[in-house]
Amino acid sequence: MNTYWKFGAIVVVIIGVLVWLAMGGVTESKTYYKEIKEVRQMGDRAHDAKLRVNGYVEQGSIVRDGAQVSFVMHQTPGVLQKDPVRLAVVYNGIDPLPDTFKDNAQALADGRLGQDGVFHASKIQAKCASKYEAKPQMKSPQMKTEAQPALTQARS
Amino acid sequence: MENIGALSILLAFCFAVYAVVASVIGRLKKNSFLIVSGQRAVYSVWLLLTVASGLLIYSLLTGDFRLAYVAAHTDSSMKTIYKFTAWWGGQQGSLLLWAWLLATYSAVVVFMNRRKFRDMMPWVTSVLMVTETFFLSLIAFVLSPFAILEAGRGNVVEGVGQGLNPLLQYWTMVIHPPMLYLGYVGFTVPFAFAIGSLITKQPGDAWIHTTRRWTIVTWLFQSAGILLGQGWAYAVLGWGGYWAWDPVENASLLPWITATAFLHSVMMQEKKGMMKVWNMVLISGTFFLCIFGTFLTRSGVVSSVHAFAQSPIGKYFVMFLAVGIAATVILILERLKYLKSEARLESVVSRESSFMFNNLILVASCFAVLWGTMFPVISEAVTGEKISVDAPFFNRINIPIGLALIFLTGVGPLIAWRRSSLESLKRAFLIPTIAGVALMVLLGVLGGYEHPYALVSFGLCMFVTATIFTEFWKGASAIRAKNGIGFFPAAIQLTHRNTRRYGGYLVHMGIVFMFIGYTGAAFNQDVTKEVPTGGSFDIGHYSVRVANVEHGENDTYLWDRLDADVSRNGKSLGMLFPERRLYKASQQPTSEVSIRRRLNEDFYINFAGASADGRRAVIQAYVFPLVSWIWIGFWVLAFGTGVCLIPNKVRLSYARTQVVGVAEKHATVEN
Repeated sequence: MNTYWKFGAIVVVIIGVLVWLAMGGVTESKTYYKEIKEVRQMGDRAHDAKLRVNGYVEQGSIVRDGAQVSFVMHQTPGVLQKDPVRLAVVYNGIDPLPDTFKDNAQALADGRLGQDGVFHASKIQAKCASKYEAKPQMKSPQMKTEAQPALTQARS
Repeated sequence: MENIGALSILLAFCFAVYAVVASVIGRLKKNSFLIVSGQRAVYSVWLLLTVASGLLIYSLLTGDFRLAYVAAHTDSSMKTIYKFTAWWGGQQGSLLLWAWLLATYSAVVVFMNRRKFRDMMPWVTSVLMVTETFFLSLIAFVLSPFAILEAGRGNVVEGVGQGLNPLLQYWTMVIHPPMLYLGYVGFTVPFAFAIGSLITKQPGDAWIHTTRRWTIVTWLFQSAGILLGQGWAYAVLGWGGYWAWDPVENASLLPWITATAFLHSVMMQEKKGMMKVWNMVLISGTFFLCIFGTFLTRSGVVSSVHAFAQSPIGKYFVMFLAVGIAATVILILERLKYLKSEARLESVVSRESSFMFNNLILVASCFAVLWGTMFPVISEAVTGEKISVDAPFFNRINIPIGLALIFLTGVGPLIAWRRSSLESLKRAFLIPTIAGVALMVLLGVLGGYEHPYALVSFGLCMFVTATIFTEFWKGASAIRAKNGIGFFPAAIQLTHRNTRRYGGYLVHMGIVFMFIGYTGAAFNQDVTKEVPTGGSFDIGHYSVRVANVEHGENDTYLWDRLDADVSRNGKSLGMLFPERRLYKASQQPTSEVSIRRRLNEDFYINFAGASADGRRAVIQAYVFPLVSWIWIGFWVLAFGTGVCLIPNKVRLSYARTQVVGVAEKHATVEN
């Protein structure tokens, strides 16, 4: 019996340590997955949490200045600049932006919303704007599911 | 032709269903004619799927762009090898590959055991074929690889194809997916034997002996698949990492972890008759995690780098998993009384308990990775907010777990069965402990104290290396003294006497090398610069000068190439040529990094793009210390695994355990 008690005690300690580490890890790295609309609705809470925002890159909005890249994201693809649901993003990470990151691409930006309303991203992932959309004759039910190429990413 | 392909798949589906029905009924009615017909059906499934795969490959190679699959995954300018690999480049084709591999494995299993395990085999066959039926139903009724485009029906002119994602046109990507699939699919076999053994109430561990080689080979395939993926990410994606805790990477890691736990805990069953239920749980868990991994990759349930696009097949996987897991759990509970342990745990300081801690930690790691991967799904269900966790979460848990595991790697094999005295511990571990601590002190003095985890890791790696060397040294010295031969021939003879044990040490050594490589990441350096032609910059003790930028074009892509002159401490190291390409078919730009690989560190340079005004090149340069040891570690691991598969020179037979009452049970064990 004694052996099993000792064994049990060690197991409890190990699991306890791991749970403690896991909770710390969650607190440190938890990221809220939000649409741009929802970021606006979060109010002040949006400034405190790490966010991952999904949107579409506005045509011609990408500006590179040294390692810093800024652009504007929209809630829905292909809308005009008048669209109110937009978010200015600044990326300062070390890693190169993914090759799929370009005008009209669907992008995922990880980072924090600054007090100035600009989103400071530390990591950008991008999915190509569906390259098949321009060729309607190629469409079939099967094609639609295959049409999105792999996501690639950059991290800081 | 596509009709023949689709028909083959449909027929294969029918034969698979027939194999299940015939095997089960034949077994229950003791009708050997039916059982044999079930086995023949397995061969037929293999034949039909070979025909279907052959037709798909033929269409890919000849560029039959009427087929949706061919048009979506190849283009006419692609190299032949990549046209071939498009077989598994997309959803439908890779499901066909899955099904074909499973059919191949099944046919081999049925053939090899055609005269063995008369009562167990029909069940094994039916488990294999139930799984086969599931995958065939997907490609027969939901996602056919032979679907035809409207363009092909004469409405519109045919295209030239969309091309394979250029990022995937790289040599490791040619073999990475099939390796992983070989691993994923392979675990169906030991699982099927485990279930067969449960259903027929086998008392012993015949299923473990029969499937030992399967399990090891499958595990090796899986390790190779994961490592190739890492090698690809490192050399292609341009950020120099090899692991990002991406959901799909995690999906491949999960079954690997449980399989590793299984490989260790079966030794407890073979030698001591312990942990029988646990082994059933582990092998079932591994199998279902393989299916789960396939599901995660394909359903789009969590967003990921690799994910095949959203698709309708997720719900079928969920159903298969739910039914399969429920059935397995019920079966195990039903058979608990046949899985009683034959020995008791006698001491906390023993081989038994080191195996148990190894298993506990591995399973905890598996659980943590699974939890982290599914966190967005779980949190959305519980709180309504989608919250994801990132690399820091996984690292925080898995780095300590990794260190504990590497510690056990050193301790486990040397500690005595049943219980260990203080005296024997001292004898076994004094030198390795001194070696490990000495290295830590030395590195600490040199400044390593800033990276405590790295310091501990190097210390433990030294410790494990020392234990492995003392094992070889002790054994080989004895043989050398007796036979008067040199140390290396003696070591080889020693290994040949007990391949499983010494091969295992070699695998452990490979793991140590990989840990050394992973630990090197603590000292990575990186820099991003905009440099005009002729300009230069420094990183660490390297400096880079941009000598020239060249442009060019070929059939597949346009390219810009940087001629970078690299020197270290003023001494020239030659040129590196990072390149940017724009693929014509997909209009996708990619980076081709250039790496100077050395044992102590890699120098890695990526041409990330041009600056806004187009005059300067944006360059990322990295220094990755020790990263080569990861790949070296893999080759050592593969070699060690190979050694494990060689039969022993002498078959050793031990009494399984000294506990009174079960002493009449002797098992032939190869250790």
